[in-house]
Amino acid sequence: MSNPAVLAPIVLCVLGIIFGIILAVASKVFAVEKDPREEEISECLPGANCGGCGYPGCGGYANAVVKGLAPVDACSPGGPEVAKQIGAIMGVEVEEGARKIAQVMCTGGGHNKTRYDYVGLESCLAISRVSSGPLQCSYGCLGGGDCVDACKFDAIHIVDGVAKVDFDKCVACGACVDACPKNIIRIVPLNAKKYTEIPCASKDKGPVVRQACDNGCIGCKICVKACPKEGAIVVEDFLAKINYDICIGCGLCSRACPRQLITVDGKVLPPKPKKPAAPKADAAAPKAEAAPKAEAAPKAEAAPKAEAAPAEAPKAEPAPAPEAPKAEDAPKAE
Amino acid sequence: MESITSLLSIALGAVLVNNFVLSQFLGICPFMGVSKKVETALGMGMAVIFVMGVASAVNWPINQFLNANGLSFMQTVTFILVIASLVQFVEMFLQKAMPSLYEALGVYLPLITTNCAVLGVTLQNAQKSYNFGESLTYGITGGVGFLLAIVLFASVRERMEFAKCPKCFEGFPIALVAASLIALAFMGFSGLKVW
Repeated sequence: MSNPAVLAPIVLCVLGIIFGIILAVASKVFAVEKDPREEEISECLPGANCGGCGYPGCGGYANAVVKGLAPVDACSPGGPEVAKQIGAIMGVEVEEGARKIAQVMCTGGGHNKTRYDYVGLESCLAISRVSSGPLQCSYGCLGGGDCVDACKFDAIHIVDGVAKVDFDKCVACGACVDACPKNIIRIVPLNAKKYTEIPCASKDKGPVVRQACDNGCIGCKICVKACPKEGAIVVEDFLAKINYDICIGCGLCSRACPRQLITVDGKVLPPKPKKPAAPKADAAAPKAEAAPKAEAAPKAEAAPKAEAAPAEAPKAEPAPAPEAPKAEDAPKAE
Repeated sequence: MESITSLLSIALGAVLVNNFVLSQFLGICPFMGVSKKVETALGMGMAVIFVMGVASAVNWPINQFLNANGLSFMQTVTFILVIASLVQFVEMFLQKAMPSLYEALGVYLPLITTNCAVLGVTLQNAQKSYNFGESLTYGITGGVGFLLAIVLFASVRERMEFAKCPKCFEGFPIALVAASLIALAFMGFSGLKVW
């Protein structure tokens, strides 16, 4: 027994066994009951820990779902797919809701019209503290990029001094909404076939808006008159708003808007032409050229196309993915 | 009175003069890793105090046993085994008994298993052949020293976030520079003694 070479392994083994037993007993005695569904839910969540659901990370959300505190479809990055899986685990049917995205309610039509030159920290919060920003329009996007920093999905960027959401990447987690000191980012549902939006937050009267912005909403109600659905556009405080539940995405308001503000799938449609028949033949030629090089600027093509065939215009609109539908549209228009 | 003075001297030595992190360079991993915010640093420091104290207490009788059987060469491997099991046990116990503390400590508790300051304190207890009271004091005050160092460093790092520094130094490099400066400052305590 006194030989350390023999004693050493024995002591170590005994210690190991003792600690093993203690731990095994402890794991039984101190076992905390955990719902197995919680782990299952955690597995099908995206794991981005974005906090868009309002809970601390994906684990917190899974915990809340199991406890019945959170709805199964609250994970916007996961979308309906994940909601369905969680619904299956929890034994709940999930109604498929519309996809949601964040939208910046400013086109940046007034980002050059400033009251003073701002020099300082490049952050919207800091900029907005200096007499609510240098812009003449007090509702305008400051372009400081607080939302860009907040986005975990690289879905929002400053383009030409104004924040723009990349609809393909956006998962509507709402981080940018909270980050914006101007409160001009909103989460909107994509109910209609084409996403129609009036990206302006200005509640100023017409003349004020005209002075401060190239295409801010002046509350003229021309869009309301152009709209075929009653209640799809409501003007309140000199600002037109889309009711996403009613809007069908026909795009007539976009063509009618004198400020060229209203967008359909992110693009402003050209105004309705007065004489539809005349330029048809001329327009066919540039279109045939345009069709092969599909990725060329879709905006430039849109104008002649719409003039050529107003009856088919909604079909020939520039779609969000220019490559695929363009090839189909070209022969149709001819 | 004699023992109280010696305990005080041990405490002062562990907190300031021979600070585990800043003078002995033990436990650098959590010191660098969890020092981005003062709040988390505080949590980590508290957890380390707790584990270092308990580890000192538990390892003292085991060390006595090893010494009695001429197995003192097995100190390192035994202490590692003890500390690893101890941390596991404490984690399980806290999860059951004090869920709020468990949540607060979170990931730091298992991280302490690999904190060499904990192993360091038990090994030094054995080296210096402290008695039980001295071991416990050295363990707890060593943890206090770690807490002091990590909280100081975290507050420095919080301010560094807003400081402008050369691009190539941003983040971790400048943190290392700051850590070395704090360590240098702590060298000013060397020679401090309780009579």
